[in-house]
Amino acid sequence: MNFNATLIGQLIAFTVFVVFCMKYVWPPLIAAIEERQKKIADGLAASERAEKDLELAQSSATDKLREAKEEASKIIELAKKRATQLVDEETQKGHSEREKIIAQGHAEIEAEKNRVKEELRKQVAALAIAGAQQILAREIDAQAQSDIVEKLVAEL
Amino acid sequence: MASYETTQEYINHHLTNARMCSTEEGIVFNKACEDAGFWVWHVDTIGWSVFIGISFLFLFWRVGKKATTGVPSKTQAMIELIVEFVDDNVKSSFHGNSKLIAPLALTIFVWVLLMNLTDLVPVDLLPWIAGLIGQYGFGMDPKDVYMKIVPTTDINTTFALSLGVFILIIYYSLKIKGVVGFTKELTMQPLNHPVFIPFNFIIESVTLLARPLSLSLRLFGNLYASELIFILIATIGYLQLPLHFAWAVFHILVLPLQAFIFMMLTIVYLSLACEEH
Repeated sequence: MNFNATLIGQLIAFTVFVVFCMKYVWPPLIAAIEERQKKIADGLAASERAEKDLELAQSSATDKLREAKEEASKIIELAKKRATQLVDEETQKGHSEREKIIAQGHAEIEAEKNRVKEELRKQVAALAIAGAQQILAREIDAQAQSDIVEKLVAEL
Repeated sequence: MASYETTQEYINHHLTNARMCSTEEGIVFNKACEDAGFWVWHVDTIGWSVFIGISFLFLFWRVGKKATTGVPSKTQAMIELIVEFVDDNVKSSFHGNSKLIAPLALTIFVWVLLMNLTDLVPVDLLPWIAGLIGQYGFGMDPKDVYMKIVPTTDINTTFALSLGVFILIIYYSLKIKGVVGFTKELTMQPLNHPVFIPFNFIIESVTLLARPLSLSLRLFGNLYASELIFILIATIGYLQLPLHFAWAVFHILVLPLQAFIFMMLTIVYLSLACEEH
């Protein structure tokens, strides 16, 4: 144990080192550390917030999906109803159309039948006359016997 | 390795600092300084400690200048680890507001730690190199070349550190408590009565002085003893190899611990100085 001037030298060196450290070494290092700590804290807070947002978005998305499904099923229901209604209507229409067409057909047939009857009647009358003419031509004058012919025609 | 006549000579040589002093004949070294009294400089102690201190501060300064707040480089991460460790300890023990305490603690911790770690350099390596340089460079007898590299085994270093801390203790005591408060603390405790003023003063002075004294002697004692054991182990032939290894492994624990204790006690003493009663 021998104290000597080294003590003074070491004390000066120590002082200089501490002052240098205080002025040039410590401040930038601790500033960097603290800033990074702040950054990390901010990042953690942001991620937490994002997580919450995500949760919120997920629940709202589920809600929307459910709503959409309900809507869709409603629409489908409606469409089905409408379709059956349309089919019913068309069937009804078809039926009535058919009835109408059939009725028309019947009427036409009836008219034709009447016309043909009339025609036939006339022709039969003419034929009867012609027959009678030929019969009478042998015996009587056609003109004189025309009232009998008329009577015959009316009877047909 | 230079040959020594006795083990005692070997140990003495390894425990002697390289000395420098100025006499009428100019600057002289070692044995010529025996009568120089106080004005002797231990050039190995000063040289190594200043070299270590400058290396450490230069590294920290350079990293601090380039410090990024983003992803740090490996060096920056390591240095930030040390800085944060010191900062945490300061924050947990020192509740005042001071710009000095934390850098002081960092300087003490890293500087003392690095000075302590030179204890792990093989005891003969640097004295041998110094001896060779002295022998072939300056034509000296290698036994006259001294090189004790561990600065904390020199009581001047540890006392310089604790003296610096002691000055700060006094400074903060006066600054925070004022001259009156500090005087009261020295004279009115622990027995608050005018009759006991001399008694109190003796007790409190001893307490105050014991702090730097124990601080420096603890570090010096630990390091001096461990260095001595290293040197003793080095004298016993080939058996020294496992012993050296065991002792060195043990000191991986002891050396940082001593640096940590020095730093922690500095912080605690200064926070005590800053506390008002």
